[in-house]
Amino acid sequence: MTDQEIIKQINSSLAEEFEFALGDMTPETTLFEDMGLDSLDVVDLVIVLETAFGMKIREEEAIRQIRTLGDIHSFVINKKRQMESA
Amino acid sequence: MLLRRVVITGMGVVSPFGRGIETLMGGLLTGKSGVVLVPELAEIVGMRTRVAALVTGVDPKEIPRKFRRSMSNMSVFATLACQDAAAMAGVSEAEFGSGRLGVSIGSTIGSPQTMQEFFRDFSIDNSLERMKSTLFFHIMNHSCASNVAQALGVTGRILAPAAACSTSCHAVGYAAEMIGIGKQELMLCGGADEFHPLTSGTFDIMNAASTAFNDSPGRTPRPFDRDRDGIVCGEGSGILLLESLESAERRGAAILAEITGFATNSDPGSIANPNASCIADCMRQALDDAQVRPGEVDYVNAHATATEQGDIAECEAISRIFGNSTPVSSLKGHLGHAMAASGTLEMAACIEMLRQGVLIPTLNLENIDPRCANVQHVQGVPRRPVATVIKNNFALGGVNSSIILRRYPQ
Repeated sequence: MTDQEIIKQINSSLAEEFEFALGDMTPETTLFEDMGLDSLDVVDLVIVLETAFGMKIREEEAIRQIRTLGDIHSFVINKKRQMESA
Repeated sequence: MLLRRVVITGMGVVSPFGRGIETLMGGLLTGKSGVVLVPELAEIVGMRTRVAALVTGVDPKEIPRKFRRSMSNMSVFATLACQDAAAMAGVSEAEFGSGRLGVSIGSTIGSPQTMQEFFRDFSIDNSLERMKSTLFFHIMNHSCASNVAQALGVTGRILAPAAACSTSCHAVGYAAEMIGIGKQELMLCGGADEFHPLTSGTFDIMNAASTAFNDSPGRTPRPFDRDRDGIVCGEGSGILLLESLESAERRGAAILAEITGFATNSDPGSIANPNASCIADCMRQALDDAQVRPGEVDYVNAHATATEQGDIAECEAISRIFGNSTPVSSLKGHLGHAMAASGTLEMAACIEMLRQGVLIPTLNLENIDPRCANVQHVQGVPRRPVATVIKNNFALGGVNSSIILRRYPQ
């Protein structure tokens, strides 16, 4: 997958799960303030990403630093690259 | 006897006819059936019934995702019905957060659909890794009550009775008693259930589900009828807004009816089969609670689900107390059996019968079973003053319940 394909997949998965308009989703969009997510949603966000990309990320320390959609894009792209090179 | 007078100032219903009390009454008064063919039931091994009364005309997305994410269909139905009941009663958002208003809403069990989805996934690899954070809120026993409270911002008491078909009668009765002793001023109360094959299957394996009318769903269930062949399961929610008379008068709310008596008892003789004497005791206790004589009751809204044992036992009990002159009917012919919601769906219709001065006959009752001929079945759609109604509900598990409703003003 290219980076753009990964970003597109992330956005469409999150838009479906959290009923968010794709047009409102930019890398600067914040998960808590802009998307209105809370701690329960973050648990489900991890499951959505794990299911969409076939990876285990629940225990990753970097997950806790994520604040924006762009952070998720970077995290997943990096994780995918690590998996591909492993 | 209630220590304070308790009145009804709001109603909300989600039924197979759609959303709203007007829609419900429109269907009932025109003899409409909410029962439809459910093709998916044919795909279940061992399932003989193919019909159910399913909710139509509801958009769950009216409820914001923040609240809807913890709801299965039963909580969606209950929340929409509560919104309508509160709107009818003119209850403000400030009242929800006052602590004076509580919630008493039950269901038969937590969401069977969510449980099915979880265990289907769990059984693949014995893994919890795909379990959503909101799963528990769908399946906990107080799912409907808590979800309603969250969505409306209720800060008063939460009660979630569970007694299968007696659930919403219990929910209303206990709510009335809570107001009666002064612990709450207002209560949103009733029941909700969502259809799942487990419910139909439960009755089917006991040979108590309707199977002979799969090709003509509108002809079943047939309470009291010679050709009845069992229950048709349904779904929905019926909600009443109960309030102390003082609170209703202080708010200037329009009063729809009064609850004057409630009784419930246990029948330890059988966990499945009703007993006429226990049913009669329950109705007698409710009449005593309301300080009403049998001759003062204008109408009996029967539980009557169209099972042989239930219909006959209830008629025997009714005839012992009321003889054969008090009109009796069941609304299961129109609505099927909405389980935990059935009591308050039917109670809402009873309140409208009190208000409109009309009685609704039993749909599909064409030839009265001779063993049910010992009571006066409602004929046609008689228009007459109706001042006092007794509403019955009886549940698997040996749980009987009856409520007395009075027209207001009397």
